[in-house]
Amino acid sequence: MADLNICVSPDSITTIGLGSCVGVAIRDPVTKVGGLAHVMLPDSTEIKAATVNIPKFADTGIEELVRQVVAKGALKARLVAKIAGGAQMFAFSGGGGAMRVGDRNMAACLKKLQELRIPVLAQDTGDSYGRTVIFYPETGDYVIKAVGKPEKTI
Amino acid sequence: MGELSFERLTSQYLDILKEIGNIGAGNATSALAQMLDTKVDMNVPQVRLLDFKEVGDLMGGADQIMAGIYLAVEGDIDGSIMFLSGVKSAKILVNKMMQQEPEDDSEGFTEIELSALQEIGNIITGSYLNSMSMLTNLKMIPSVPYIAVDMAGAILSVPAIEFGMMGDYIMLIETKFFDDSDLNGYFILLPDMESWKKILKALGVSDVDNG
Repeated sequence: MADLNICVSPDSITTIGLGSCVGVAIRDPVTKVGGLAHVMLPDSTEIKAATVNIPKFADTGIEELVRQVVAKGALKARLVAKIAGGAQMFAFSGGGGAMRVGDRNMAACLKKLQELRIPVLAQDTGDSYGRTVIFYPETGDYVIKAVGKPEKTI
Repeated sequence: MGELSFERLTSQYLDILKEIGNIGAGNATSALAQMLDTKVDMNVPQVRLLDFKEVGDLMGGADQIMAGIYLAVEGDIDGSIMFLSGVKSAKILVNKMMQQEPEDDSEGFTEIELSALQEIGNIITGSYLNSMSMLTNLKMIPSVPYIAVDMAGAILSVPAIEFGMMGDYIMLIETKFFDDSDLNGYFILLPDMESWKKILKALGVSDVDNG
């Protein structure tokens, strides 16, 4: 949680147990450099803090992820993304702001990616279950595992 | 109020917080033992201050499947309390509560079983909060219980995100309970940062704010 990493083919990156957090995977299909950010909250500007924990937020986390993959040899114009997570783990009846954070995380990620002109090729988001994800920059495969559900690749 | 700084969380504070956990979890464990009509033991509570990266691994692996019951807490303190156990333990609890024979190989839980588990969580966390409330004279009102059976990391992302709105750490009191066979699980109390201060103050530790 609140972490990001980059890797180059043939390596892969995993993050275990995404709940309401979102796993944003980006890659350059030519150089096969990719990265995965595990963001917890939608917007760094909503938080009153002296210093921003960059990977924690969708806006700052995705920017940093892009910066790092570009530094590692990806071309920004070629980047494509896939996202997963943003579940609502507990079925809160009230549905107040903090409780719907999964949805807000997802929306914030899509918005940031659009702003950066990075197309979102696929997503597996929402619902009420956790996801473990594995991203392969070689093929762009984003493998999603959930409890009691068949593994899927988007 | 100044920031409650973790660097200054001296061993004295930690001992006090552990003792709170001890009393709360002790009562919760008794309630559990009574409900199950068996002996249930607990470990010494641990006060943990974790980076978000470490949260998932709190209970032996982020991918471990657990039944988690979550209650938001309001009143004089804000935060949440959770009751977590592995699927096997949760089955034991449900079967005892519903006085049914264990079915082998059944993976999931039925609706009725889930609501029984929810109720177990409700009763036990209620006794945890009640004893703490009496001790500190602070009002603690739990929400209705919510349940999820999923990966530990995914379940713990919920309180982690709440802490994430305030800061970069999560602080909690964790107590492990177990019996002499297969039953085990955790109580986790997660007051928010302001509430930690209130709890310490209520117990007569008044210099929390002073540099």
